[in-house]
Amino acid sequence: MSTESTETAVGHLLRELAPQVLGAVARRHGDFAAAEDAVQEALISAAVQWPSSGIPANPRGWLYHVALRRITDHLRSEMARRRREEAVATDLWAEWAFVPPPDAEIGFEGDDTLVLLFMCCHPALTPASAIALTLRAVGGLTTAEIASAFLVPEATMAQRISRAKGSIKASGEGFTMPAGAERAERLGAVLHVLYLIFNEGYASSGGPELQRTDLANEAIRLARAVHALLPGDGDVAGLLALMLLTDARRAARTGPAGELIPLDEQDRALWDPASIEEGVALVSGALSRGRVGAYTLQAAIAAVHDEAPRAEDTDWAQILALYGLLERMSDNPMVSLNRAIAAAMVHGPERGLELLAALDGDARLRGHYRLDAVRAHLHERAGDPERAIAHYRAAAERTASIPERDYLTLKAARLAAARRAAAG
Amino acid sequence: MKFMMMMHAPRGTGDYQVGDWSPDDFKAHIGFMHGFNKELMDAGEWVDAQGLAAPGEAKLVRAGTDGAPVTDGPFAESKEFLAGYWIVDVPSPERAYELAAKASAAPGPGGAPLNMAVEVRQVMSGPPEA
Repeated sequence: MSTESTETAVGHLLRELAPQVLGAVARRHGDFAAAEDAVQEALISAAVQWPSSGIPANPRGWLYHVALRRITDHLRSEMARRRREEAVATDLWAEWAFVPPPDAEIGFEGDDTLVLLFMCCHPALTPASAIALTLRAVGGLTTAEIASAFLVPEATMAQRISRAKGSIKASGEGFTMPAGAERAERLGAVLHVLYLIFNEGYASSGGPELQRTDLANEAIRLARAVHALLPGDGDVAGLLALMLLTDARRAARTGPAGELIPLDEQDRALWDPASIEEGVALVSGALSRGRVGAYTLQAAIAAVHDEAPRAEDTDWAQILALYGLLERMSDNPMVSLNRAIAAAMVHGPERGLELLAALDGDARLRGHYRLDAVRAHLHERAGDPERAIAHYRAAAERTASIPERDYLTLKAARLAAARRAAAG
Repeated sequence: MKFMMMMHAPRGTGDYQVGDWSPDDFKAHIGFMHGFNKELMDAGEWVDAQGLAAPGEAKLVRAGTDGAPVTDGPFAESKEFLAGYWIVDVPSPERAYELAAKASAAPGPGGAPLNMAVEVRQVMSGPPEA
């Protein structure tokens, strides 16, 4: 193997082992924050050593032992400091000078990944903190990789992670699985965090951001891990399907200069058939299981798009019906916006514009560029370039995304140029 | 969400009025800025911060017909100048405004808040949603 592919193989292995090792260390040691730091140090040691020394025979046991030794070292130096200060000899430290048990006696448990996810997505954390901690503790990414994904300095990301662990400690949560109704609620929070990670990655993929850590792939990997642990959960299957069916279009959604290419103009030959096939199978399974959640409905909509050989073959009536179900379930004005687009495709742009008029009073959409962007699109389809130009421009001024702004500006510019040419 | 906070200082009679401040007032001002930066780092919100050199040598540069730089300035008559900026990564615009207000109240002569104008602009780092 070349050095580069060895490093890649080591990286994949470490990310896969990270939550298993952290689970075992946290259960043994009790202090999640200290365990998480120690495992991160062990992962970094392995990433440095293994590519040249070779992967040890039992990589998981190696990481476990190194992490425990780091904890011991930290405790020992802390105790030495105290001894110096207090001049009191204790043999407390002997407790930590254990001989590591053989691997068979280390309690690696599959459920640990779930327990870790529940901790990292604790309701006491802000979404940004939960995302950072999840990527490090469960995803096995280094602080530097996470910092690069969010384009902030490594020290800032380290601080965010350390504060997140402080909040978990303050909440008094132990390393245990939440029970009953709380478990369901907390699983919802976990899925939301994975969804946010995917969105962040999907949105920024391609173009000039290629060197950034690929968050969309990380989110898919984590969702796969959760699906493997909870294969019967429809929401988990739905979320994984949604990610796969969306990610399948990745190569087609941006042009060479990072410009956005809308769904109806994408080269569908660039869509990834394997992801589509897997996503469709997952969503079909989830739909047949009865209670259908929001992720599954969104995945079903993505599947309808992905299964159309050409944009004009899209089954918009089915998409409209699915958005109707989703709207009843979620009270999210973004869903209503998307339903207006589907309604326009089925019944004509005037119907879409009528539905948008009903959203004008929604405080959650006030000043949001998407309302202007959709309205511009529908006016354009209705043959009213003047209004379309005005709304495209308003949307371009309000978005915080450069590719989106460029796309909207270009739409307005094209319509304006066509109008000038027609006027002549 | 990332925001740039641009701190505009009054020009007054010279480039930097701080030369006329008492040493203790100046030290208090520096100490405040140091503490403010540390607070941003501890909160995990700090992305970047830079102070800019005095505007006395500031130039406006444009390309000439041959592409060579044509410089203009300095502009002694302008009332305010950009003294420095921060880029912060925060959960909401409100948090950015709160931080900007804090920076604006940096102490000046006699420890009184300077209440400098801080322009807050979102950095275009958001994801597209379509």
